[in-house]
Amino acid sequence: MWHQLEPLLPQVSKPARYIGAEDGMRVPRHAPGVVSWLLTYPDTYEIGLPNQGLQILYEILNERPDAAAERAYAPWGDLEALMRAEGLPLFSLDTHRPAPLFDVIAFNLSAELVYTNVLNCIDLAGVAVRAASRSDSDPLIGAGGHCTYNPEPLADFLDFAVLGDGEEAVGDITAVLADWKASGRPGGRNGVLRALARVPGTYVPSMYEVTYDGARLVAVEPRHPDVPAVVEKRTVADLADWPYPKQQLVPLTEVVHDRLNVEVFRGCTRGCRFCQAGMITRPVRERPAEQVRTMVAEGLRRTGYDEVALTSLSTADFSGIERVVADTVDDAGCSQVSVSLPSLRVDAFTVGLAAQIQRARRTGLTFAPEAGTWRMRQVINKLITNDDLYSAVESAYSQGWRRMKLYFLTGLPTETDPDTLAIAELARNCVALGRAHTRSPSVTVSVGGFVPKPFTPFQWFGQNTLVELRRKVGLLRDDLRRTKGVQLKWHDPAASLAEGLASRGDRRVGDVIEHVWRHGGTFQEWSEHFDLDRWQSAAEACGVDIDAYVHRHRTFDEVLPWDHLSAGLHKDFLWQDWRDALDEVGLEDCRWTPCYDCGACTGYGVEHVVASAVPPAGGSQGTGVDLSRGAEIPVRLLERPLVGAAR
Amino acid sequence: MTGTRIRVRFAKHGKVRFTSHRDVARIWERSLRRAAVPVVYSAGFSPRPKIAFGLALPTGYSSDAEYLDAEVDPAWAAGIDNERLVGALTASLPTGMTTLAAAEIASGEPSLQHAVTSCTWRIDAAGADATEASEAVSRAMDAGELLVQRERKGRLTIDDIRPAVHAVEVQANITDGVRLIAELATQPRAVRPAELLASLRPPPGGRAAGERFVPVPPSLLRACRLHQWITTDAGERREPLAVSELGERREPPAVSEASVVGAGVGP
Repeated sequence: MWHQLEPLLPQVSKPARYIGAEDGMRVPRHAPGVVSWLLTYPDTYEIGLPNQGLQILYEILNERPDAAAERAYAPWGDLEALMRAEGLPLFSLDTHRPAPLFDVIAFNLSAELVYTNVLNCIDLAGVAVRAASRSDSDPLIGAGGHCTYNPEPLADFLDFAVLGDGEEAVGDITAVLADWKASGRPGGRNGVLRALARVPGTYVPSMYEVTYDGARLVAVEPRHPDVPAVVEKRTVADLADWPYPKQQLVPLTEVVHDRLNVEVFRGCTRGCRFCQAGMITRPVRERPAEQVRTMVAEGLRRTGYDEVALTSLSTADFSGIERVVADTVDDAGCSQVSVSLPSLRVDAFTVGLAAQIQRARRTGLTFAPEAGTWRMRQVINKLITNDDLYSAVESAYSQGWRRMKLYFLTGLPTETDPDTLAIAELARNCVALGRAHTRSPSVTVSVGGFVPKPFTPFQWFGQNTLVELRRKVGLLRDDLRRTKGVQLKWHDPAASLAEGLASRGDRRVGDVIEHVWRHGGTFQEWSEHFDLDRWQSAAEACGVDIDAYVHRHRTFDEVLPWDHLSAGLHKDFLWQDWRDALDEVGLEDCRWTPCYDCGACTGYGVEHVVASAVPPAGGSQGTGVDLSRGAEIPVRLLERPLVGAAR
Repeated sequence: MTGTRIRVRFAKHGKVRFTSHRDVARIWERSLRRAAVPVVYSAGFSPRPKIAFGLALPTGYSSDAEYLDAEVDPAWAAGIDNERLVGALTASLPTGMTTLAAAEIASGEPSLQHAVTSCTWRIDAAGADATEASEAVSRAMDAGELLVQRERKGRLTIDDIRPAVHAVEVQANITDGVRLIAELATQPRAVRPAELLASLRPPPGGRAAGERFVPVPPSLLRACRLHQWITTDAGERREPLAVSELGERREPPAVSEASVVGAGVGP
């Protein structure tokens, strides 16, 4: 439908985001026996294109003879209005093929605030937003990504959701669909959904019966004996088997993270209790250093980028990171390639690493201590001492950085006003350290409101109210008002209320999402489009009690909306970790200390894949011991051999 | 390091024409690296490759006459073959962008921004009537002034663009519309094809205003920059880099916009 779209493009902002034609784009062959996937990111092209998960599945599917995959992104309001006026559906960027022609429209769910956009995209595709109203000829609507660990708020709109790593799951799903199509679509839509419910890691909401007792959720149970009572996540055992994306898409127009991205490991066992990503992606699976080198060198050569990001949840933890970084800079042959480590750990070692790689272009440094006091950081298990932070900051100033950014959360469990105000104190101390090195040191403090997530120890915690979050931000603002060198930045916590509702809601929250969408609430993660009133009046109209979902502390014996899904983590492990948090007891990183059986490895017969059984030097590294001053690393021998140790 | 200056002429057609001037700059930075052209970087805190682009092409228009100047390693420049460079650059560019010529230029050569004085445009106004267009053009060329409303730094101004309209020729050879060939000045301020069309009035007593030229909806206007011109002190007109003169000896793709799109850059 390019010829229909083309006349509209001169009338819209940033038309380049609708043209596709990127280097790395595939032009797949569609045929009756081929299962066609429209991989859709429910936000703008600029936000969605760099998404690595989508790009990985795009390549894996297109390498299969029985699959064809194209991509779509949410059109901005100006184009959407024109498309609706002209009667044009959502389309793929690769061949500008109408969305309704695909067998599957699969959404990447990276954040809860995109949910209303998901509904909008389904509607733009000409498909009924409610799964129950779809006909046999409609595409199947699927979803993957971190938010699918609680897909219940979207359960009435999705035909299926995939939990965990998608690399193998998309192949299994394709095989089921290809077989169903080839054998004359037995059982129609319901028939294929029933078959999909048997694919490991695939959750089909319509195959489960939900029971309530008044406001209380009583059970979510399978309707049929062949449908699993608990859907377990998928985990790829070894990242070395999946060197994707092999041909990262190179956009023609500016996008976020506009650089080569190479995933160096997946999973994280630092155990930060607020961090859903760290909990649900366990165990740690490192990519072999040699493969990282190859992917970086070939990627830079092919794309022409002058920046590469080594991505993971905590890249400085990658075994032998110094060596990999040195090789990357050397392989590039000249000093013009810069390497970025998107998630820096807070210690002097990491700063040394940053100094080594930012020779070309030295921007600011960002650290995330997350909380102001050591007590608070033990509660959240981000075991960084004040000394760790100060030595990192000192090291950064001494190596020429002048600007630093510190990330914090507020609204954490057990947080008191002194904890909140300690954030200001830390920032002031960092500026004071900087004065020894530069006349005008600058520290930006960025504060976010904490939203509890499923499958974390904090899943039982009642989120702070909007009033409370605003009060805490106000405390900091007042305290820092006359502090030279410290800038405070915060997002208005209003959106965190909607995020909290969507992240821990059950199926009844779906009505609220639909109501918000029907009243024009799209692009909710864009602050200029977010309107809290719309969510509150929607909740009221749907009879949904926001307090009960968001602000109420939950109990161990209550049924959580995601109890029929599993990220591998034992519920009693999470509960114990929650009790430990309240007792201010930290938990060590199990990469380097014995297994405490969270369930992520033992349940699936997988293990950490790490090249070194020794924690990296510098800082206390969550071991509670100051390693930077030559103390012994308290590593005990593991009870079982490391799978990847000899790699 | 002071590098050797090379000038590149390139074309932009098809889907890629919806990229912006800034997008094209980024595309070229990557393409030059992919083609392993050793572009010189600026010194300082945030080194940038030394690449200078000429006049911005409005997003959505195509072109056979885009230019850039890049400073490259002199040792490398001494050994290059222009024709092979043209091929290597095209291979590194996205579909729809083609390198037409490349050659070394003198270090004292004025920058493209300063040197270029006018451009020749091919403007396709779908839905326009040839007779009315001819009349409108004749009257415009005879007029003492041609007023257009423009936005400058957020403020609306009324400018007379007549001195900047050097020539307009009407060709009635496209389906359902009129093709104009216009030479428009770029200094002191470049006149855009859409502004020229906005200044053309329908004949008095003819069709209702708004139905034909005024205003032509942006979706119905397609334009292609055919040439950029430098007027020398002697009053002669030359191109910054003629396709026939240097580098690969071939004409720019003499295809109409419609056929480029019809051929498609996708499947």
